Amino acid sequence: MGHHSNWPEWLYVGVIIALMVWVGAEAWNVERLVEHVPADAEVIIVTAQQWFWSFEHEDGTKEIGTLHVEAGKAYKFEIISKDVNHSFNIHDYVVLMDAVPGRVNTVWFAPDKAGEHDIQCREYCGLLHYNMRGKLIVEEPSR
Amino acid sequence: MTLELQKPRPIWQIMFSTHHTDIGLLYLILSIAFLFLGGVLALIIRAELFFPGPQIIADSMTFNRIFTVHGTTLIFLFILPSASAVGNYFVPIMIRYKDMAYPKLNAIAFWMIPPGGALVWLGFADFTWYATPPYSIISAPGPAADMWIFGLKILGISSVLGAINFIVTIMKCKHPDMSMGQIPLLAWSFLVSSMIIVVAIPTFAAALLMLLTDRLGVSGFFNPAMGGDPIAYQHLFWFTFHPEVYVLVIPAIGMMYEIIPRFSRKPIFSKSSGIFAFVLLAVVSFSSWAHHMYASGMSFTEKTVFMVGTLAAVPASGMHVFNFIATMWNGRIKFLTPMMWSIGGIALFFSAGAGGVANAAMPLDFTTHDTYWVVGHFHLFVMGTIAFGTIGFIYYMFPYVTGRMYNETMGKVHFILSFIGAILVFFTQHMLGLLGMPRRIFDYPEIPSWIIGNQIASVGAMIIGVSMVIFLYNLIYSSAKGKPADIHDPFGLGGTYYYPFEAKTPHHN
Repeated sequence: MGHHSNWPEWLYVGVIIALMVWVGAEAWNVERLVEHVPADAEVIIVTAQQWFWSFEHEDGTKEIGTLHVEAGKAYKFEIISKDVNHSFNIHDYVVLMDAVPGRVNTVWFAPDKAGEHDIQCREYCGLLHYNMRGKLIVEEPSR
Repeated sequence: MTLELQKPRPIWQIMFSTHHTDIGLLYLILSIAFLFLGGVLALIIRAELFFPGPQIIADSMTFNRIFTVHGTTLIFLFILPSASAVGNYFVPIMIRYKDMAYPKLNAIAFWMIPPGGALVWLGFADFTWYATPPYSIISAPGPAADMWIFGLKILGISSVLGAINFIVTIMKCKHPDMSMGQIPLLAWSFLVSSMIIVVAIPTFAAALLMLLTDRLGVSGFFNPAMGGDPIAYQHLFWFTFHPEVYVLVIPAIGMMYEIIPRFSRKPIFSKSSGIFAFVLLAVVSFSSWAHHMYASGMSFTEKTVFMVGTLAAVPASGMHVFNFIATMWNGRIKFLTPMMWSIGGIALFFSAGAGGVANAAMPLDFTTHDTYWVVGHFHLFVMGTIAFGTIGFIYYMFPYVTGRMYNETMGKVHFILSFIGAILVFFTQHMLGLLGMPRRIFDYPEIPSWIIGNQIASVGAMIIGVSMVIFLYNLIYSSAKGKPADIHDPFGLGGTYYYPFEAKTPHHN
């Protein structure tokens, strides 16, 4: 506690606070937009269990391990778990949501072009957690 | 005299002693032993991940057990005891009292750690260091999980007892002529981190008991099959363990506050801002726990609240960094081993904090959460900041403890290799996270960028491993055969030191 002036420290703290306010406001705004599910999104029920994924489309079609969707459409995933916690992840589309038994968590995405992407589990779920992988196949629009 | 190795005593005299420097020595030896045990597990993990496919470890269950015990060991059996070692040596001297306030309680707190550690190691549980239900209730095998729960229970009680002792020692036993503002920042860091422990740990203690009764099937707090909520456990766990991060990091910052001004031969730029930032960190440490749970299905409002709470910790951390740089500015810096570790620690602390801001921002967290990014991020804190600060301090107190000097060249080589290694491992792990590699996986698909990233990280880990062998050799060789230290000024810096070796006078031996 000397006799020097402290203004550089105040200035520095002020800059940090300003930066944090900017990061926070930007994050708040982006997250608000990202979480807004389009009204026409098709529902896909995602069921996680040790150690594979199964999917049920709105029309009742069921798939295991591989999920087929169409480019240009919006999809809303309703994620449930049959046993322990898992986390449904399509990294290429930044889709990530935990599958928690007893809860239905939702997340949505809209693939923009045809292609193949990895689906994986990102929450530790035991023996074969590392191998709880699936495939997302985005097809050209049918029309 | 406390020059332990120059004046040999029968080992039982140290083991059954209640003197603060003896207990400090016990803490020090135990924590260094567990640093190496936990480190070996890390090297096994990195070696396994060098190539995709199983090589060294036969099955994923063994791998899962290894990373669980690795994390538990280094947090509870290396970082916490090593901080207690430093606190035991220095806090009573800094507040000018003859011992800790409760010497016997101090010994009890230490002697609870070996059985706690033994339970964790003999059980070798597999449910990760955060034991999340329902996996830990319905899936985690056998006595291992229960032994982990009991081990953590014992370690938690030991932490609380130690924390109470530090708080009472500092608040009630400080010299009557000493004001709170005159207490050195290292002692302040123990006061603040002890207060966090006392507030935070009981929550986890309760959660552990609930977890145990859930496992026994007599309750269903966290078991959805019995109407419980697994998310409740996550809240209880992180309410303890986010503040715990600050429990771990604050003493390491305190150690840097002891080393940096001394080796810059300048007083601290602003002691009051250091104290203020410590207290501020302690308060905001309780406002950010659920940022670990953004992806668990939290509402937008909850996420916003915890993002703000998390970002609030940044200015306080930044004040410490500012204080360090401003202290070094225009100083006559002597780049000896302890100083190099402190400076390296500050650099990595800054990188860790910058990554933390990205994690806290909600949309970015969904890219990084539960990937290797997070592994790299928190290792920059626990290894890059906390272990670096602590290892630097171990070098700093080495002449006081042993009466001999460590080998300076080996100390510097240790630092340089560890620093390069840490950057190779943890920065690369950030990249792997952005590429999408999940945490806690035994094997990974043959994606070329993942393979290269893992190999760079593994090479970095091996470099750290080599540097730690040099460290161990330096510690053992120098404590027996090192040059006798000039005990009044071992680093040739001038000024007055806090002398642990003067603590033990014939009056109260």
